[in-house]
Amino acid sequence: MKTSNRNTKQEAFKVKGDLPFFTVMVAIAASYIALIVAMLVADAGFTSFAEIRKTLADPNIRFSIWLSLISCTISAILSVWVAVPIGYLMSRFRFRGKALIDTILDIPIVLPPLVIGISLLVLFQTSAGRALDRGFHDLMQWLGFYSIRGITYEIPAVILAQFTVAAAFATRTMRVTFDQIDPRPEHVARTLGAGHAKAFSRVALPQSFRGMTAAFTLAWARSLGEFGPILIFAGTTRMKTEVLSTSVYLEFSIGNIEGAVAVSMIMVALAMVVLLLTRLISFGKGAV
Amino acid sequence: MIEARGLTMKVPGFTLDQVSFDVSDGSYTVLMGPTGCGKSSILEAICGLRRIHSGTIKLHGKDITRATPGERGIGYVPQDGALFPTMRLVEQIAFALQLRQWKADDQKNRINELAELLGIGHLLERKPIGLSGGERQRVALGRALAFRPRVLLLDEPLSALDEDTRERMIELLKTIHQREGVTALHVTHSRTEAQKLATHRLTLNDGVIAQTVEGQV
Repeated sequence: MKTSNRNTKQEAFKVKGDLPFFTVMVAIAASYIALIVAMLVADAGFTSFAEIRKTLADPNIRFSIWLSLISCTISAILSVWVAVPIGYLMSRFRFRGKALIDTILDIPIVLPPLVIGISLLVLFQTSAGRALDRGFHDLMQWLGFYSIRGITYEIPAVILAQFTVAAAFATRTMRVTFDQIDPRPEHVARTLGAGHAKAFSRVALPQSFRGMTAAFTLAWARSLGEFGPILIFAGTTRMKTEVLSTSVYLEFSIGNIEGAVAVSMIMVALAMVVLLLTRLISFGKGAV
Repeated sequence: MIEARGLTMKVPGFTLDQVSFDVSDGSYTVLMGPTGCGKSSILEAICGLRRIHSGTIKLHGKDITRATPGERGIGYVPQDGALFPTMRLVEQIAFALQLRQWKADDQKNRINELAELLGIGHLLERKPIGLSGGERQRVALGRALAFRPRVLLLDEPLSALDEDTRERMIELLKTIHQREGVTALHVTHSRTEAQKLATHRLTLNDGVIAQTVEGQV
């Protein structure tokens, strides 16, 4: 009796269909993706190839594109340069004050961008900042870059503003990268006679290639989008410190919305090319 | 000969207090004890990867308590091998030899010798990805033995292997112990491994080590 009762219960039991679950999940996901695509489509509809061509012919915009490409690349390289050691130290070692350091590293991420710009500007008004500014001016003159007359309101300010924020994101990425790499092979390397330096350079670093590419891409993209700190710390002087985000702002402020949108489309294209390139590199070489 | 005296260390989850033991020269010593009792921590302390709170470790009469892992010259095979993921196997075995600046010919001879002993000659140009558990352990052994250490520490090297592979590895470990003339300290919780391999036995229970020689139990 009991057995037959159980059997009928099992027969009556049905697993609910998965359709409602997937409908809800896909609907929520699709709404956000639709927003992103709709924005890009609207941008594309608002401007035309003729407008983009006209914008590209503008020497101001050409300068701005070049400065963006160069400054973003330099700041991304610098970001990875500091992110690798910080990420490694934070991931592998315990030390007093680590929680404090961790918090400090997050400041550029949580601080409003304008505040970072103002802070940089104030920093370079202190006596030490001024001395650094003058020293950098002399170095640039000595190196033959006569047009760069210091840091504040010059091209180095653009890079420093981008770097300050981008490096924080790159650092987070590298920290996660090293957290995910098993430390035991490095321990074995040390028992085999390697110091910390060799264990890092020959065992840990080669494994972090994918993370480094990700950190570079993220830093590059953040740098391309940086606006607030550049506006305050580097100014928006055409043919001098104008990058693409400032171009959008400058075009927009003089009422040239078509131009602003055309520059935006150029930025979208650049960002996508860089994303694709780095993905290709990391898939090609990252496979262990 | 390893002489550990009054080892005290704090590990998350437990504390080892005043642990002392000897591992005599040329022996195959098996260190047993329940899971999570600190066996691995003791191995890590001997090879210098874990800081000890107090106590001394002597290797062949020399105090190595404060020496760096590299200075101790101890071969270490951790659980599941911990191979270097980006390096070809031949590079892994040559790693310690390159650091010691062995001549290219000597390196080559030593690698061939170990490849033959461990039966991994056909794998040398590969990277670790896709190796079986037994193959990983054999490469890890080759990497640890390459620079001819006098002491070899093995941390549960057979625990992740299937029955057949384990049997073959036990035979291999016996051969290595004889051919390389190395003093071995092998951590395990398997009685079978201990019975088949041990010449000396250490048992860690509640932070106390009991020392026995096989046949004198």
